[in-house]
Amino acid sequence: MTDEILEVQDLQLAFGALKATDGVSLTLRRGEIHALIGPNGAGKSTLIGLIAGTLRPDAGCIRLNGRDVTGCDAAARARAGLARTFQITTLAPELTVLQNVMLAVAGASGAPYRFLRPALSDPALVERAGGFIARVGLAGRRAVRAGDLAHGERRRLDLAMALALAPRAFVLDEPMAGMGPDGAREMTALLDLLRREAPILLVEHDMDAVFRLADRISVLVSGRIIASGPVEAVRADREVQRAYLGEERLA
Amino acid sequence: MAGGPAPPAPPETRPLSAMLLIEQALNGLQYGIMLFLMAAGLTLVFGVMGLINLAHGSLYMLGAFACAAVAAATGSFWLGLAASLAAAAAAGALIELSVIRRLYARDHLDQVLATFALILILSEGTRWLFGSFPLYLDIPAALSGPVRLPGGIDYPLYRLALIGFGLAVAAGLFLLIGRTRLGIRIRAGEADREMIAALGVDISRLYTLVFALGAALAGLAGALVGALQSVQVGMGEPVLILAFVVIVIGGIGSINGALVGALLVGMTDTLGRALLPVAFATVLPPAEAGSVGAALASMLIYIVMAGVLVMRPGGLFGRA
Amino acid sequence: MRREPVLNTLILLALLAVPLAAQALDEPFLVTLATKAAILALAGVGLNLALGLGGMVSFGHAAFFGIGGYAMAVLAAPVQAYEPLMTWPMDLPGTKSMPAIWLAAMAAGALAALVIGALSLRTGGVYFIMITLAFAQMLYYFAVSWPAYGGEDGISIYVRNGFPGLDTLNPLQFFGLCLGVLLLALGAMHLIARSRFGLALDGARQNPDRVAALGLRPARLKLIAFVISGAVTALAGALFADLNRFVSPSMLHWQTSGEIMVFVILGGAGRLFGPVAGAAIFVLLEHLLGGVSEYWKLFLGLALLGIVLFARGGLIGALAGRAVAHD
Repeated sequence: MTDEILEVQDLQLAFGALKATDGVSLTLRRGEIHALIGPNGAGKSTLIGLIAGTLRPDAGCIRLNGRDVTGCDAAARARAGLARTFQITTLAPELTVLQNVMLAVAGASGAPYRFLRPALSDPALVERAGGFIARVGLAGRRAVRAGDLAHGERRRLDLAMALALAPRAFVLDEPMAGMGPDGAREMTALLDLLRREAPILLVEHDMDAVFRLADRISVLVSGRIIASGPVEAVRADREVQRAYLGEERLA
Repeated sequence: MAGGPAPPAPPETRPLSAMLLIEQALNGLQYGIMLFLMAAGLTLVFGVMGLINLAHGSLYMLGAFACAAVAAATGSFWLGLAASLAAAAAAGALIELSVIRRLYARDHLDQVLATFALILILSEGTRWLFGSFPLYLDIPAALSGPVRLPGGIDYPLYRLALIGFGLAVAAGLFLLIGRTRLGIRIRAGEADREMIAALGVDISRLYTLVFALGAALAGLAGALVGALQSVQVGMGEPVLILAFVVIVIGGIGSINGALVGALLVGMTDTLGRALLPVAFATVLPPAEAGSVGAALASMLIYIVMAGVLVMRPGGLFGRA
Repeated sequence: MRREPVLNTLILLALLAVPLAAQALDEPFLVTLATKAAILALAGVGLNLALGLGGMVSFGHAAFFGIGGYAMAVLAAPVQAYEPLMTWPMDLPGTKSMPAIWLAAMAAGALAALVIGALSLRTGGVYFIMITLAFAQMLYYFAVSWPAYGGEDGISIYVRNGFPGLDTLNPLQFFGLCLGVLLLALGAMHLIARSRFGLALDGARQNPDRVAALGLRPARLKLIAFVISGAVTALAGALFADLNRFVSPSMLHWQTSGEIMVFVILGGAGRLFGPVAGAAIFVLLEHLLGGVSEYWKLFLGLALLGIVLFARGGLIGALAGRAVAHD
């Protein structure tokens, strides 16, 4: 057993002349929340895409639980235990909350190819899905279409689907985005619960949440990690302040 | 073999010569250039407006009918040709204003259905006007007969003129897109629809213009090819489907891709039909070689398309 | 009040009542018309799985329809010519048995759908439409230029193929058989739509990236749906060939693809009974308008254009309201 659940080593990806990811290495350890911050256009979404398997790196490697998954597609990485959520919460809008989470359970079980038995009367699916829905606090909303949910509820549903994968690592892309102060507080509490399931690589703009939740922070600027370490150390790093928190703070 | 009438006579399997090869290569070139005129409009309309237009073949047909009707009435092929351009462009603008612009915001399924409906309307409407019998369009006297090429090959002058004329139109199109204000707007529209609206360009007029331009190219192709074949209802769709093959091979939205794809399809199809029966004749009895070769040749361009899909799913010039 | 099941029952009863009434009134032609509607509906049921549930806009389903038809001709033609189907690598006679023909038609349709689907699904969106259309056209040209089965003229099978225990030459019995097959297919589609696979396919249509992040492969789900879809439409093709006792390249024509799509949309894409309602209306219109005007497709085109521009959701959508998932 290794303590490094997710290991990213010297990842490179260029779009033409633009180096979107330029030699990024980082790790995600058991039990931690590792926040990835950086200004807009720093390449956070590209990095997430590379880790989740929707983009292919030019060089470098990604290990999940000690296993090299660089050559695997997104679906294979999900089955290997990588649960990701999306910046713009994307679900199947015409399906109900319950059906969305059932989809995740079916995906995790690797057995979607059952053609005749009604999914809604399959207790293995429905009961498991119901459990995850209850854990994110959506028990009363099971029969609502995902498209009809409020914004905060969609974020929770997204998390329930990630949970349903019984993952070894979460990669969460700005879960606080678009939430009011109350919503952000609730989400913070929920993420604190989530970390007990698996460590979280958290991309987030909400600095309050990052400083409250994260054990370690890495700062991505122009496709490179310019600083990485415990919260206080990164907060005090002058280069980070210059590049990210803004020149005016130094003045 | 089982039932039915006797199999059609096999195509000629005359021995291959360099002359035949050059003649067929020229035919392929001419075919490819006409396909380019079709494919260019389709790919422009898709690139700028994001619309798939199945009725593009109907505009090809309209051009041919306009040319045949006016040429028959006035006795002048050239007036007919002008009429084909005018009729197809006008029909294109009218269709864009009445139907197509309601489809830009719709999904591809709605676009397919509505433009399929347009095919039915335009085809049956044309049949109503002109009847089911094919019209014939004569090659203009100035371009009839063969011309002797260097090397002693007799080649139809009209086909040679089509190559030259088609190349000139293609060059004009490239100039239009590369050098003019309209072209800049078209390219801007392909890159970013909101940006072009922000630049203060009247976007709905641009769309009408682009659609009419594509229609005019299709109508022109229909008229030019109409003099080689018969002019009849339903002539447009087989060409439309070939233009789709061209676009899949070249990469959608790319004019360069349309040109390369069109030449590749034109050459492959023409040379395949000429050479495959001959090639099979070396291993099979002549009658069988003819039919096997012809059947295989009819599938050749689709096999090329499948190959491109395997190698480069976005097309040769597609955005990867 | 859920109106869709009621509507579905009414559609079925109408389809059943028309031929019975026709028989009573001694109008056998109407029985043939109802049979045609049932078979075309089956073709639409096949496309509906790909189009409605899987979101794959296939403009090439004539390929599978025609393959089903030619599968029937390939198997039945040797029997009427007193020849074997093949002598190499083994001796195989042809057959006039519908169940065997159906199996062969579905297998051939599934295989073609596997190849065409695997190639078309390498890209998406508008490419899918063009590629399916192109491959169907390829088969059309192949059928036209391959002389063995009549080339452009097609081939007649003079006696309708048999089904154990039935007299298939009796119009009413053949209609019952086709209706039975249609009902079986509808039942299977009903189950598939509600199964795990149906759920996953529905998700893959709505949001392929999210579904991939859940460990499911959208392209594979879609390919499987496309293969099933092709097999069902090929089965319809075999029945259609048996109805007409004739097969020709026109079954593979691009316009046939468009018409199958029109059944599905006219009735309502993704609705279980959409293709049935759509095919019934199409056959009815063809019969009624076709009798009035030679140019009836002009009016079909106008109607279709009106529906697409102003009345999305099809007939069942208009009568039963928006699709509901509040279970």
